Amino acid sequence: MSTNHNHADNAKIFVGNDERMHWHDQALWFVREKRDKASKSIPEWENLREFANQIKTHTMANLDKYLLEFEKNASEKGITVHFAIDAKEHNEIVYKLLKEKEVKKLVKSKSMLTEECHLNPYLEQRGIEVIDTDLGERIVQLRNEAPSHIVLPAIHLKKSDVSDTFHEKLGTEKGNYDPTYLTRAARAALREDFLTAEAGLTGVNFAIAQTGGVVVCTNEGNADMGASVPKLHIASMGIEKIIPRLEDLSVFTRLLARSATGQPITSYTSHFHAPIEGGEMHIIIVDNNRSQFLASEKNKKALNCIRCGACMNTCPVYRRSGGHSYEYVIPGPIGSILGSKKEPEKHNSLPFACTLCGSCTNVCPVKIDLDSQLYSLRQDLGKANLIDSRKKMAMKVTAWLMGKPTLFDFAGKMARKIVPKLPNSILYNKSNVWGRQRDLPKMPEKSFKEMFIAGELDD
Amino acid sequence: MTSKELILKNIKDNNIVKEVKLPSYENFGLKFEDKFQTFSTMIESVGGKALLIDKKDLDKTIKELYPDEKQIASNVEFCSVGNFDANSCEDVHELGDIDLAVVKGNFAVAENGAIWMKNKDNRHRALYFIAQNIIIIIDEKDILNNMHEAYEKISFDEKGYGVFISGPSKTADIEQSLVIGAHGPKSGYVIFTKS
Amino acid sequence: MKIGLFIPCFMNELYPNVCKATYKVLKNQGLDIDYPLNQTCCGQPMANSGCSKDVKNLAINFVNTFKDYDYIVAPSGSCVSMVKEHYAEFFDNDKDYNKIKASIYEVCEFLHDVIKLENMQFDISFPYKVGLHNSCHGHRVLKLGTASELNIPYNSKLENILNKVNDIELVELKRKDECCGFGGTFSVAEEDISVAMGKDRIKDHLDSSAQIMTGADMSCLMHMDGLINRNNYPIKVMHIVEILAGVRP
Repeated sequence: MSTNHNHADNAKIFVGNDERMHWHDQALWFVREKRDKASKSIPEWENLREFANQIKTHTMANLDKYLLEFEKNASEKGITVHFAIDAKEHNEIVYKLLKEKEVKKLVKSKSMLTEECHLNPYLEQRGIEVIDTDLGERIVQLRNEAPSHIVLPAIHLKKSDVSDTFHEKLGTEKGNYDPTYLTRAARAALREDFLTAEAGLTGVNFAIAQTGGVVVCTNEGNADMGASVPKLHIASMGIEKIIPRLEDLSVFTRLLARSATGQPITSYTSHFHAPIEGGEMHIIIVDNNRSQFLASEKNKKALNCIRCGACMNTCPVYRRSGGHSYEYVIPGPIGSILGSKKEPEKHNSLPFACTLCGSCTNVCPVKIDLDSQLYSLRQDLGKANLIDSRKKMAMKVTAWLMGKPTLFDFAGKMARKIVPKLPNSILYNKSNVWGRQRDLPKMPEKSFKEMFIAGELDD
Repeated sequence: MTSKELILKNIKDNNIVKEVKLPSYENFGLKFEDKFQTFSTMIESVGGKALLIDKKDLDKTIKELYPDEKQIASNVEFCSVGNFDANSCEDVHELGDIDLAVVKGNFAVAENGAIWMKNKDNRHRALYFIAQNIIIIIDEKDILNNMHEAYEKISFDEKGYGVFISGPSKTADIEQSLVIGAHGPKSGYVIFTKS
Repeated sequence: MKIGLFIPCFMNELYPNVCKATYKVLKNQGLDIDYPLNQTCCGQPMANSGCSKDVKNLAINFVNTFKDYDYIVAPSGSCVSMVKEHYAEFFDNDKDYNKIKASIYEVCEFLHDVIKLENMQFDISFPYKVGLHNSCHGHRVLKLGTASELNIPYNSKLENILNKVNDIELVELKRKDECCGFGGTFSVAEEDISVAMGKDRIKDHLDSSAQIMTGADMSCLMHMDGLINRNNYPIKVMHIVEILAGVRP
């Protein structure tokens, strides 16, 4: 992996393994196809997307009010609500809660927020064992890798990779690639962890202001095992996870799984409104630079995101470069927006890791204008002088030239005269990036303008 | 300033998002001619199965589906195959050896093969997940069309827990191969009893 | 009606025959066409590179050049999208720009929506298997065809027009509207992904037995043509207007 945070350099390595790149592309395209099949089975699909957009927009316009309503209703149900301004404070609160109960092992279900806060290493450095219980996350955890997709964390791995890792870490049979065998082995190992952990941490898909509870959607049952067996349940959420009413869940539960994987609903949609008997439930609400989006005319809709991953599955660039090429906790279109807005200098290549094809905007269940945001983030980077200087100079010169028709015509005419006479060794030299893998277009004798002026058009 | 105050301040200052009305879902959503058939098709697509039987045949049916399961926890009045009382356990860890849970559900949703489970008489919500296999019992008249109808019947005015369960647990995290049975039950049935 | 022909800068220099075909197709419908000589680039390459403020002068020049025409027609979905979607920031509800925004069309869109299908006769035979590459800007921004992601009734203006050509056989692609990977400066800045995407698009056409790949954006076709020629793939590219103008491969 290249260390200069440039998506193109990382992508080059991924594309270099042609077979694996195409396998990755095909695997994700298949998920897109499943999503299409599911969305086309609901005649009112486009209405649902519009409702979801309205619910989120309304919520964002009144976010402070709904956060307070949520806190009040949650507290009345015996749930303790904490607020964390940033990742550091989030981690400190989690650690404090665990330390108070002398927790030695924490079972964790999928939470991109905790990835963003780098919670795992923080706790591990303080002597707490953290077990990621979602199978995909457990696999990458055992391999010491980051997840490469927010819904399908191990999508970049083949079953042979998983088999090798499980053989090494769980003692499964060497060379046994059968997914059922491997899943059963993980089931047995993780069951032990569920039964011996003293605390469980979950993410939050939706937090309901009206009732003060949180909703978690999973297929594996790991969030529920983690939240219902140990006595301490901690739920971490970003401020944007709030939705106003219980009935609004009807829209999101119809959109989420269909957009993510093409299923009608996840196996479990759990509505947590209390701890278990004799237990405690804590919710940590985190800002970590989300509120700045509310002040941005161009980027405010990014907070609509329900983390379904549909934009990644459809993105032709993501499919061919893999999540790790983005070097941000969330990859793909939404990740490129979030990363380059929060840390523009570090992630300045991400808005350009895109052809502006617009497919992501069309699949987004909450109608985020992803492609428009990527376009405007490019302008933001340009204004902040964070674009590669060579690129910037080339564009300035081109703009100047384009603005002077006579000069531009002359340049074109010279190119048409000279280029056909150049030998390939000069024409296709190293600095001709286009010419590395593509032939240049053939130079015509005359430009259209010249033909028009010479009266050659009406023949 | 506390973090809470700072966050609320960050939100209120500079929030330029314009107000829009919340939608209403009255008369909205797909409806089905044959809700049981639709439910059946959906739940089979996610690795489960739906049956329709007379109440009196419940014990027999369960024994046929799960002849080898030893420890069976049931909270259904007209089922007598249960031999383990989950509610009498003080600690949820004691539920760790349950082979089969037979539990009552509130209602079914045709559009996605899901059952709403909210039962304050069920002491340990982990029962639905820690059992190796699960059977959910539903009255055949309790099927709704879609999630909008479902949420009209749900409330959380008091503390509690509820879950939509659709099929057994599953995962496709290993090279996108679907495996039924991840961390929750390895298999699941929904048995509709005739009214 | 008076039509102003808007010719994308690179097409003027590199693909004059496609521009000529555009002119011919419009003339054959009996239209009064003008080609204003002081037009320049629409500014898309600069804007896509994060330098949209450098486009201001180009935008002003564009509006001044074309403001008096009833319609502006261009053989390029992406250039038309640029003018419609990204020029607003340079004009404060300017009446001339607003008029242009409402009357600028990609050429097939113009024939389909303004001249109307039933009024068009092509009288051409094109007995080849043709794959239609749905270039992204034309497809998703100008809505020349229904995007496959959306759950709305299907219609494709480009297919409708091509089906008026005799003996043509449009093939069914596996991925109806995946991007070809040109993306302007993306083709150079993210060269490896760009090439991989282009090759996959070509392969989709070859797998469907297409002999010709056509589309409404020469930029996409130029990118794929470059790959076809470098790798000797057995397929040719032609812009849709060339087919409509009776050109043979």
